[in-house]
Amino acid sequence: MLIPTVPETKPIKLSVRDMAFSYGQKKILDGLSMDIHAERVTAIIGPSGCGKSTFLKCFNRIHEVSTDVKVSGDMQIDGVDIYRGGIDVVDLRRRVGMVFQKPNPFPKSIYENVAFGPRLFGVQDRTTLDGIVEDALRKAALWEEVKDRLKESATGMSGGQQQRLCIARALAVNPEVLLMDEPCSALDPIATAKIEDLIGELKESLTIVIVTHNMQQAARVSDYTAFFWLGKLVEMDLTERIFTTPRVQMTEDYITGRFG
Amino acid sequence: MRQFDTELKELREGIMAMAGVAEEMIELTIQALAEPSPAKAEQVNHLDRRMDEWELRLDQQCIDLLALRNPAASDLRRIASSLKIIPELERIGDHCCNIARRVGMVHPPILAGNDLERLGTETRGMVRRAVDAFVSNDAALAHAVILSDDSVDALYGKIYRDLLRIMLADPLCIERASHLILVIKNWERIADEATNIAEEVLFILEGHSAKHPYLHGDSVE
Repeated sequence: MLIPTVPETKPIKLSVRDMAFSYGQKKILDGLSMDIHAERVTAIIGPSGCGKSTFLKCFNRIHEVSTDVKVSGDMQIDGVDIYRGGIDVVDLRRRVGMVFQKPNPFPKSIYENVAFGPRLFGVQDRTTLDGIVEDALRKAALWEEVKDRLKESATGMSGGQQQRLCIARALAVNPEVLLMDEPCSALDPIATAKIEDLIGELKESLTIVIVTHNMQQAARVSDYTAFFWLGKLVEMDLTERIFTTPRVQMTEDYITGRFG
Repeated sequence: MRQFDTELKELREGIMAMAGVAEEMIELTIQALAEPSPAKAEQVNHLDRRMDEWELRLDQQCIDLLALRNPAASDLRRIASSLKIIPELERIGDHCCNIARRVGMVHPPILAGNDLERLGTETRGMVRRAVDAFVSNDAALAHAVILSDDSVDALYGKIYRDLLRIMLADPLCIERASHLILVIKNWERIADEATNIAEEVLFILEGHSAKHPYLHGDSVE
């Protein structure tokens, strides 16, 4: 495995060492080691089935909804193993939020979508909730578009708005890490540009890991890019290096479309 | 072959064709100077139009590839460097025209020996090898081109000093010597352009700039 050679000023937020993942007998990820820095965007690229999304899900343990899954090795957030006994998984998922490929708002009002998480964590006071909802919607660059129709159903919004609502919903519980699994693959270019701009703003206070099939998106939004192949990390480096002078031929072949 | 690979191949072949015209212009310029031949000088001028046409066409091809193909890694380096190699070739053509224009003004010869001819042939060799390095992806050859620039510079300096001495000794030679100074300056510039092309070849092949080696290792920030 090749790791970046450039000094980094931001601390390590997520650290992975010799991590492996299998579904039953099938090994999905193997021998993965990497560091993900705080307040940086790290993009994971690689062909379908290389384990990118699985890797992402391991950071907040939402793969645990599946049975017959085995994770080994070490995954840490701020130096604490997220798989050790005694970890509060609900709190882990608050700290490590996730946005999926297709926008998945709850069939509730715009307001209730965003207020859902804070309520779950015990915020009852209406004024406090109002403040959290507005703040999250502002951070998700959605406030101006929806402030006059917060009571309307979220399912009536456009796809791009729904996706930003899902980001607002994740932000409402004040996460430290945001995992994004192909967040723009169902969106048009304008909605995509809005999400990409948003990623640039959010990284000032969050650690973002994004899985994307769109190589140009990885190039546009990320500071680091990691290339996965068959469940292994082939190369990780500063994004501009990966896209101008990758060190591994396989990475070069993949990003220039000559793979396989 | 993928469509993109076909387009990259077309760009490469276009640059080879443009370089072919540049080499033809250099050859004609050497002959026009030596014989002297105003007809060959005129041919040089005529070929310059083809260089200009190639420049516009290849520039557009590069821009199209950047816009439509989102190239990355070595593809990106090749296209970005092509955008720099193309104007170098075009300027080689311009310098040949500058020399060819003076063919009638530098005779009868005032320089003893064959230094002037050597300057032309050494420069021609550098351009040829730089183009060969581009065509055959030969980093060692590109390095050699860069090194050989010193020898052309030294020869330029020698002829320049000879011309100064000739002018001091015989004011009747001043006009021809002045034109010759411009001639050798143009050859020297062509050698620089060959060096620049070789540096671009190294960027394509090795992924880092070969320019300004004295800055390497220093942080830009």
